[in-house]
Amino acid sequence: MIPVAANPLAQSLAAQLQIAQNLVSHYNYWVVIVLMMVGFHILIARGNLIRKIVGLNVFQTSVFMLYISLGKISGGTPPILAGGVGHGETDAHGAAEGAHQAAEVLYSNPLPHVLILTAIVVGIATTSVGLALAVRIREAYGTIEEEEINAIEAEAGA
Amino acid sequence: MISEHLPILQVVIPLLAAPLCIFLRGRAAWGLAALASGSALAISLALLGRVLSTGAISYALGDWAPPVGIEYRVDAVNAWVLVIVSTIGAVVGPYALLSVEREIEARRIPLFYAAWLLCLSGLLGMAVTGDVFNVFVFLEISSLSAYALIALGRDRRALTSAFRYLVMGSVGATFIVIGIGLLYSMTGSLNMADLSELLPGVWDTRTVRVAYGFLAVGFCLKLALFPLHLWLPNAYTFAPSAVTAFMASTATKVAVYMLLRFFLTVFGAAFSFDVMRLDLVLLPLALAAIVSMSLVAIFQENVKRLLAYSSVAQIGYMILGLSFASATGLTATLLHLFNHALMKGALFMALGCVMYRIGSVRIEAMAGLGRRMPITMAAFVAGGLSLVGVPLTVGFVSKWYLIVGALERGWWPVAALVLLTSAMALVYVWRVVEAAYFRQASAGARRSGEAPWSLLAPTWALVLLNLYFGIDAMRTAEVARVAAELLLAGTGR
Repeated sequence: MIPVAANPLAQSLAAQLQIAQNLVSHYNYWVVIVLMMVGFHILIARGNLIRKIVGLNVFQTSVFMLYISLGKISGGTPPILAGGVGHGETDAHGAAEGAHQAAEVLYSNPLPHVLILTAIVVGIATTSVGLALAVRIREAYGTIEEEEINAIEAEAGA
Repeated sequence: MISEHLPILQVVIPLLAAPLCIFLRGRAAWGLAALASGSALAISLALLGRVLSTGAISYALGDWAPPVGIEYRVDAVNAWVLVIVSTIGAVVGPYALLSVEREIEARRIPLFYAAWLLCLSGLLGMAVTGDVFNVFVFLEISSLSAYALIALGRDRRALTSAFRYLVMGSVGATFIVIGIGLLYSMTGSLNMADLSELLPGVWDTRTVRVAYGFLAVGFCLKLALFPLHLWLPNAYTFAPSAVTAFMASTATKVAVYMLLRFFLTVFGAAFSFDVMRLDLVLLPLALAAIVSMSLVAIFQENVKRLLAYSSVAQIGYMILGLSFASATGLTATLLHLFNHALMKGALFMALGCVMYRIGSVRIEAMAGLGRRMPITMAAFVAGGLSLVGVPLTVGFVSKWYLIVGALERGWWPVAALVLLTSAMALVYVWRVVEAAYFRQASAGARRSGEAPWSLLAPTWALVLLNLYFGIDAMRTAEVARVAAELLLAGTGR
């Protein structure tokens, strides 16, 4: 049997396998990148204002997934305090005990989840302002197609 | 006592006043908005005074100690920016009353002031906070309310320009969140001072460099650096006059501050200038902005749009100062933040007076106005001279520091370019002056009289500040120099 280290072909195969494994094990980041590009493409390429907002949403959602992925720890549980919850114990002792138990368990980082809750709210606000503007543009121009709006504006004179 | 809570009161007062405005009618809503803006100015002046005498103030939100809790951190740099934003807020606040009654439907006025206060608190919050995620939240508060404010313009094109701004602004903000997330993934911290200590350990990772790139593009979109400025000219042109005066003097300034804060304090001046060569990236963009946008401004027929393009050029000057990577250059940048806010505020407010009387700000409509509205047009001329950079105005002080900074680096062609583009500013200001003073009055101008004093007084207040700080520049230059040295020293501590 030829030792793996001595065979250049086996070495390069092993390296390629490593890359493939990295690709597969980081699949969530690839989803993030694909979603981000799809959203960005819709945003730029589509002339319909509603589609632009949808593109913006997809784009923002990819960032939510990026954050959630960052918080995940391999083998970690959801970040829920196990002890001291559910018994109706609200005193300081129960909470301290719960915190002690939780420290024993490997759990995912909850902070990115909290951050992204805020970002989701911001995303909803952006979407609703964008849709409200689209409605008023429709009332004022009679269309939500960017090309037609540009034509109307050019006709009216800059 | 209450004085130790000043950093949070700076944001909370306008933030709480905003929803109250909705329940009030017309003038009562205005009164509350003006009161909140005035108190913001008082607080920011108190903060600046304390910071200059005793050093940086750290305020732990809800008493959660940083770096875990959110920290509001005020040093000479952001106290300076707070004063800029709140000064403009306090001056444009009283001005808004008549201008807004003329340009916006009565039933929308309370909502206008609610959005106005939200925008103010968002901008102040971005400046005051020491937490990078907090920056994003306040950025979106100010941006979303800005989209609504711009959409309130009378022309229907206000709607499409607000929509375009919304799309580009949201992309910029999302880029910023991506950058912040990547920084968090490398350091586990969101506190600016904490990040500045942790980041040097991971400088060499690709993640940090990618984060740098995302943040750079995001902030450059927000501050409208050429060629990412496309949202700005239409947004400024079609927004209501008071909104244009406020936004042009504050929103892009705060974005410039965020760029400085992230790249000099959080990442550190050494990383930005020696490793990432930010100066070499920004220099050509700044020069392109100054030259091309000054040129475009010369050919505009709508004076609001002319000044909007001039704003993009002026932002170029601020970024040019940063690209010198020296204390003098940064002093010029920080001085120009303040000085440009004063001059553009005065100019857009003078245009608001013209809009109030004759309902148009096109150059041909302004013909002969020099005799009909002498006080308004005198304010415009004074603001215009400041924009050109004539001695005894604040514009001269900024240009002086810029040219000294360029010569220190031995970049005399850049210094020559600054002088050349000042001459271009003279051309576009002259076009308006020529129409107003040397042409026969148009039909609209013949009927009009002088603008009411409640519009003129705030306009002239800014004009006088332009002249005062142009003559006695020691005070502003001193604060800007202290702030510039603090930024270059790296950490905010």
